[in-house]
Amino acid sequence: MLIKTKANILSSQITDRAVFESRREFIKAATALSAGLMLPSPGQAATGKYADAPVGPYSAKLQVTDREDVANYTNYYEFSTNKTDSTVLAKALKTAPWTVEVTGEVEKPGVYNLEDILKDNPVQERIYRFRCVEAWSMVVPWIGFPLGDMLKRFKPTSKAKFVEFTTLNNPEIMVGQRSGVLDWPYVEGLRIDEAMHPLTMMVTGMYGDELPNQNGAPLRLIVPWKYGFKSIKAIVKIRFMETMPETAWHKSAPGEYGFYANVNPEVPHPRWSQSRERVLGGSIFTPKRETEKFNGYGEEVAALYSGMDLKQYF
Amino acid sequence: MIFRINNLRSKFIVVCLLPLLWLCVDIAFDNLGSNPVQALHIRLGDWSLRFLCLTLAITPIQTITKWRGMADYRQLFGLYAFFYASLHLLGYLLADHALMWRIIGIDIIESPYIWFGVLAYGIIFLLALTSPKWAKKRMGKTWKKLHRLIYIAAVAAIIHYFWQLKGNLAEPLFYSIIVFLLLGFRVLVWVKNRQLTKMMIPTGQRVLALAEKQGVIQEAPRKQR
Ligand code: HEM
Repeated sequence: MLIKTKANILSSQITDRAVFESRREFIKAATALSAGLMLPSPGQAATGKYADAPVGPYSAKLQVTDREDVANYTNYYEFSTNKTDSTVLAKALKTAPWTVEVTGEVEKPGVYNLEDILKDNPVQERIYRFRCVEAWSMVVPWIGFPLGDMLKRFKPTSKAKFVEFTTLNNPEIMVGQRSGVLDWPYVEGLRIDEAMHPLTMMVTGMYGDELPNQNGAPLRLIVPWKYGFKSIKAIVKIRFMETMPETAWHKSAPGEYGFYANVNPEVPHPRWSQSRERVLGGSIFTPKRETEKFNGYGEEVAALYSGMDLKQYF
Repeated sequence: MIFRINNLRSKFIVVCLLPLLWLCVDIAFDNLGSNPVQALHIRLGDWSLRFLCLTLAITPIQTITKWRGMADYRQLFGLYAFFYASLHLLGYLLADHALMWRIIGIDIIESPYIWFGVLAYGIIFLLALTSPKWAKKRMGKTWKKLHRLIYIAAVAAIIHYFWQLKGNLAEPLFYSIIVFLLLGFRVLVWVKNRQLTKMMIPTGQRVLALAEKQGVIQEAPRKQR
């Protein structure tokens, strides 16, 4: 069950978030209490770094996927095209210190320390659905903050129509970058209104703890209504642009992976159907589940694409 | 030789079931990872393709080693390719779609990579159906022609493999190379045989003509195989 918050309320307009959050906290605590011996909140390590991150808006009451399943099934081609090998290979990545370069159509460009970014942007937990273009899905309690809040601090100019994100390029550690599966570094992008949408998150943790390296530490994007490849990992650069950025998968196969990549069961991938998805963590007796348009976030985001032919802008 | 190979055959029948046993153990112990249905398809699909390659390898092995009597193995491996492909198909129908036929129809129509799986399975099914010795006898030359379709099945299975992936193409590439080499071997043998017959017939005819002239034989005997 998704608890829907009205789309026209921007997070910046929620005047007293603290009150809202403490209420959520209270509900959480009350539920836990009443459940007595119930397991702790999904995978939330009580000892994790973000164990007491407040629950943010848009967080859905969904059955969360086991942490182990999320942490050992990743598409991280910078390390390997094998979804479990990247768990081991990504351990070599050093995620601190970490900087993010901000450039382009922006008043406050510069190289920012991740620590400083985190100081300005308090984290919260949001349980989101995640749908991969390969027709599998999971439900993850991410820890992070709205991307829009962060971007506004850099003061984008009126020319900033798009935002481009770039992953670290370091073939010495990211051994997958030694092969030419993709044109490295990995690049993704969003239209500015998509980037500013309150659902869009910058993520630094999951399951109440830090993000494991293979899941994109120390800083990744989460755009829950788009296919997973849009949610770029290990971000080192953010560029505000007037024109649409060229993204890694679009460059590699323009007919298969579009810039928008909104989850849409009505538009099949050229080689496979998108109408259903395998849910991670099931057994061989769990049939596929129906895929929802915009991954179930249509009420919040469909208006962003009104008048657009989603078959053409896939 | 034939006796020893036949003795081995019953052991092979059991050994070829080990991948299935291994899969059952992994299912029982929940060892299939985060996406068990995909893992199931991968296991069964891979084994079907491997048996298909083994089946294709028998004739070249026979030609090179001059061993005889391996046709039984070709049949055995071929039937196992069919067996694992059938389980693979069953896995798709049951595990992915719980036999919801309308949804299966939509999924197949929207998934070109599955079209090639269906093509490969259709061929393998026909070949399995006509694999008994009596069928081979009754079909005569048609049998050979029909069973050459196995190459189309192998190529279709490999396209089916390539088309479901995004970027990790190393494994299907490996099978492509194997099938390419095995097919290449047949082409080579065929070309060589053609050249041989081209060279041999005139020489043979010359010898026969000479023999006739010298009165060694009355008439040129019919060419023998
Ligand atoms: C009606 C026929 C078939 C159907 C419906 C079918 C369906 C599938 C499906 C759903 C997958 C999993 C894709 C994923 O990862 O999501 C798959 C993978 C595969 N199939 Fe099939 N298949 C068929 C026939 C065959 C045949 C005849 C062969 C081999 C001779 C075969 C070999 C494979 C292989 C090798 C894989 C991939 C394994 C890997 O990723 O390592 N399939 N198939």
